[in-house]
Order: sequence, then C-alpha cells, then structure tokens
Amino acid sequence: METSFTLAGLASQLLVGLSRAMILFIVSSGLSFILGVLRVPNVAHGSLYMIGAFAAHTIAVAFEGSAAGFWLAMLCAPLVVAVISLVAERLLFCHLYEREHLMLLLFTFALMLILGDLTKMTWGADYRSIVAPPLLQGSVPVLGTAFPRYNLFLLMVGPLVAIGLWLLSTKTKFGKIARAAAVDREMVGAIGINVSWVFAFAFVLGCLLAGLGGALVSPTISITLGMDHSIIIEAFLIVTIGGLGNIWGAMVGSLIFGITQSVGVLVLPQFAIVFPYLAVVVILTLKPTGLLKSVW
Amino acid sequence: MVKNILRTPSFLWTAAVLLVLLLVPFIAGRFYVYILAVIFVWGLLAMSLNLLVGHGGAYQFHHGAFYGVGAYTAGLIITKTALPAWIGLCAGPVAAAFTGLVVGAFCVRLNKLYFGMLQISLGSLIWILALRWYSLTNGDDGIHGIPMPDLLSGSVPAYYFILIVVSVCLALMYLILKSPFGATLRAVRDNPQRCQAVGINVRRHQLLGIVIATFFAGVAGVLFVVLEGSVFPDMLFWVLSLEIFIMCLLGGWFTFFGPMLGAAIMVALRTFVGSYTEYWTLILGVVLILLIFFLPDGIMGINFRTWLRNRERRRSTDVVR
Repeated sequence: METSFTLAGLASQLLVGLSRAMILFIVSSGLSFILGVLRVPNVAHGSLYMIGAFAAHTIAVAFEGSAAGFWLAMLCAPLVVAVISLVAERLLFCHLYEREHLMLLLFTFALMLILGDLTKMTWGADYRSIVAPPLLQGSVPVLGTAFPRYNLFLLMVGPLVAIGLWLLSTKTKFGKIARAAAVDREMVGAIGINVSWVFAFAFVLGCLLAGLGGALVSPTISITLGMDHSIIIEAFLIVTIGGLGNIWGAMVGSLIFGITQSVGVLVLPQFAIVFPYLAVVVILTLKPTGLLKSVW
Repeated sequence: MVKNILRTPSFLWTAAVLLVLLLVPFIAGRFYVYILAVIFVWGLLAMSLNLLVGHGGAYQFHHGAFYGVGAYTAGLIITKTALPAWIGLCAGPVAAAFTGLVVGAFCVRLNKLYFGMLQISLGSLIWILALRWYSLTNGDDGIHGIPMPDLLSGSVPAYYFILIVVSVCLALMYLILKSPFGATLRAVRDNPQRCQAVGINVRRHQLLGIVIATFFAGVAGVLFVVLEGSVFPDMLFWVLSLEIFIMCLLGGWFTFFGPMLGAAIMVALRTFVGSYTEYWTLILGVVLILLIFFLPDGIMGINFRTWLRNRERRRSTDVVR
C-alpha cells in the first residue's frame, strides 16, 4: 500500500486514467453528438460499443492476429457498427422523430435488448481477447514508470477524434446544418434540406464512434457480454456532467471520470469505482446543467 | 358519496377480481400463486412509476433505485440489527421515500431530460454503493435467506400479505389521483408554465409526487423481500428502471390499472417465453418496438379509447331515439 503513494505510482495511475478517459471520451462523444442533434439518449450505444469490440475480435482472428489484421479490425469494426445503426435508423427509428422523447428512449432500449441478444447469438458468452500488434506492445518509460505503448496510442487517438469531431461540427456544412436542425428542424426543412438524412447521418456517426471505442478498447480488456451495461451508464454520466451535446464537455467529463477512478485506486482500492460517481454528484449539485454550455 | 363509489361498475369489477384473487391459493398450484405475487409486486412498482410519468409528466428515469433502497433497508435491518422484522418491513418504504425526497430535491430544479439524466446519476451512485460496500451489503452476491416473521413465512401467507398490501396501496393511489393534488399533478404535466402562472408551486408538487411514488416503490421493494427473502444489487440497476417503463408502456400510460396489466404481461413473457428460449429479451425488444409503432397508448389505452367511442355512439343513438 505505502509504495503506491510514490510519485511514480501516481504518475502511472494518472496515465492509466488518462488512457481510460480516452476510450470513455470516444464512446461518450458519440452519445453526446446524437443527443445534441437528435435529442435522444441513445441507450443502445453501449450495445454498439460491445458489437464493435466483438467485430474487431472476429476480424483480427480472421487474419490470425497479424498486425494488418489488427489495423483492419480497428478500421472495419466501426464500419460494421455504422451499417447496423444505419439499417436500424432507416428501417425503424426515422419514423419516430415526431414522437415524444420518452418513446425515442424506449425505442433505443428495445434496440439494446435486441442487439444484446443478437450479439449473444452471434458470438456466444465466451470471454475473448485480441492482441495488439508488435508496434504497440511493450512499454516505454514515462516519468519514471513503464507505460504501456498501447495506452500511449489511445492518448493520441482520443484528441484526434475530438479535433475531428469539433472540425466536423463547426467548420463543415454538414455540421452547421446538423446544429441548425437540432435547434429548429422545421425551419431547416423549409429551406430545402432533407432533415431526415441529416439526422440519419448524425445518428450513424455517433454510433460509429461507439463502435470505434469498442474496437479500440478490445486489446486492453476481455471482450464479453455485459460490457455494454457498464459503459452506457458511464457515458451517460459523462455527457451529463459535461453538458448535453457539447463535445468538449464530453472530453472534460471523461477526464474527470477516468482520473478520479484511477487516482481513487491509490486511496481506497475497494471503492475506486465510487469516486467518479461521487464526482458526478458533486458537479451536478453545484452545476446541474453540466460544466460546459449545453448545446440546447 | 361513498355510496356512489360503491355502486359504480368499476368498483364492483374490482371487488369481484379481488374476491377471485383471494380464492386463488385454494384453486391454483403453488407456482401460479408465486407468479401472481410477483405480478403484484412488479405491478405496484410500475403503477408507482406511472403516478409520476403518466400523471405527473416527470422523467423519472431511475425509479428502480428507490425500489432497491426499500428492499435493501428492510433486508439490512432484519439481518444486521436485532430489531423485530416488522420494523425492517416498515422502515423500507420510509427510507425509499426519504431517498426520493433527497434525490427529488436535486432533480426538480431541472426539467425533462436533465431531470432524468441527473436521476440516473444519483441512482447509479446508490447502485454502486450497494455493489461495492461489501461489508454492509455483500456486494454482487446480495443478501439471501432474510428471515421473515412467522406470520409471513410460507408462500401462501406471503401471497395474502402481498395481495392485501398491494390492494391498500392501489386504493391509496386511486384516492391520491382523484384528489385535488392528483388533478394538480396532471395540470403540471400538461402545462407547467400555466400552472406556475396561476400560482401553483410546480416544483413542490413534483417533489411531493416523487416522495409519494418512491414511497410506493419502497413498498414494492419490501414486498419483494417478503416474497423472495433476498436482495441483490441488480434491483438498483438502471436496466430494471427501464423495464418498469416497459411495463407502463405495455399496459398504457394514462390508465389506472394499465401498468399492472403490463407487469402481468412482462412476468408472463419472462416466465413462459424465458423457459422456452434463452433469447427472451430479443422477443421483448421486438414486442416493445411493435408497441411503440402500433400501440403507443398501451393495451388498456386502446381498449379505453374504443370503449369510450362506443359509449359515445350508444349515447348519441339514444338521443336520436
């Protein structure tokens, strides 16, 4: 116990927390994006994350764990998830946009139930894992501790996703239309834009991020059923404390969540998981609408 | 006035159903008695949620947390203290209502989706405490074999106890919804701004609604302990809260008994489809999507509507004659 309080121990825990925060960010930014544009809390987000991880495993195994297979898995698993979400959106979800939020929420819950069982049917209840390519194996010395290379990789991908998403939503025409449609969908429709497809694209993009998060997390944890339940609740909390629909809010929330948990391990290992939740409660008590400005 | 209530057809129907339910243990096997008791517990839980969502219009996203608090309070008092079991059973709903008061006080400051999201976070904090506080709650294992008072041991006495308590609770809920408070709650649901304008304290009414609903959720939690003799952290988990929503949706939001019917369908699905295939949640999901698309008012909702229409028609033809 005493040794874990050293500076090196703290630094290594911080870095672990940061890389965990990056996964949380990628997943919750997708959730936040859907919330911001469609105003639907997508309960199925966790299931899509899980499917992303399973799909990454299948692709990686198909290439016998080679480095090329790994990179292909990282690329294609999110696309698999995107296709699934596109089908669900065009087939069913797009007919419900006029309904109450509660109905939309329950629809995504139904989607979660169905996807959960379909995942069980397709991949079974076994524990799986995939191996990172040699380039990302091993560790490098950072601040006096050995830090896994894969976590460094995550620390690079996370900010890239954040910047990409920020550029997309503020600098491109699609982003501007999407934000306008979130504020006043009828007006956007009236000036001749097909709002339904804007929503579809936003939904699929958000789900793609869930799949990406699942693919990226797969080398660090064992892939199994039930990983959807824990991530979705964390993602919801992150989005809430960050400010609904705000990408940078999702980043801030993820950092708070990841770091409080990893530092909490040093203080009270058994209750480490409680710290992020406590942080959430403190933040929401002080600032009920989240730290950063909500988009609506 | 009481005489009038006693003569209404719905009262007579309710009395008849109650009489049949009292006789069930003499006719049906133990398994069905147990299933009926489960339906009552879940039905009470769903109806307490409906009090808030259907009648109050609040996004009570984590109702299961209060159900769990009620159950855990009862379980902990019975197993960890020397107090009589009855005190534990009575303390459950009170603890749930108190939790509802604290959580609700934070939530009512916000509206709609933010209300729901905040409640999910606060509820999850309770869940994570129950999951991780091993020395108190036994973590994921939960607490099993909670001893009951002699009066309640055995499945048939437990059935009668649950039936009586649920009936009393439903009667109370009915009176609450009929009262001026119930009317105000519905007014707040339909137009909060106008309510504020005419001088109704919207937040206080919502908070009171939450306290009442969480009290009944706590009662349901205690009844679960009476029935199963165990508590576990999944009772506080967020997925259960969504399942309660499904029960309300199945039966119908704006009807009184709708959620009870929804609970019955849900329990039947889980028990009978669940014994046939392990993929019963897939079927539940499909049913849910079908409901959202074709029967958004639930099963009772549609019956109620056609029944009203037929009655109107009958009345209008009466006038013509």
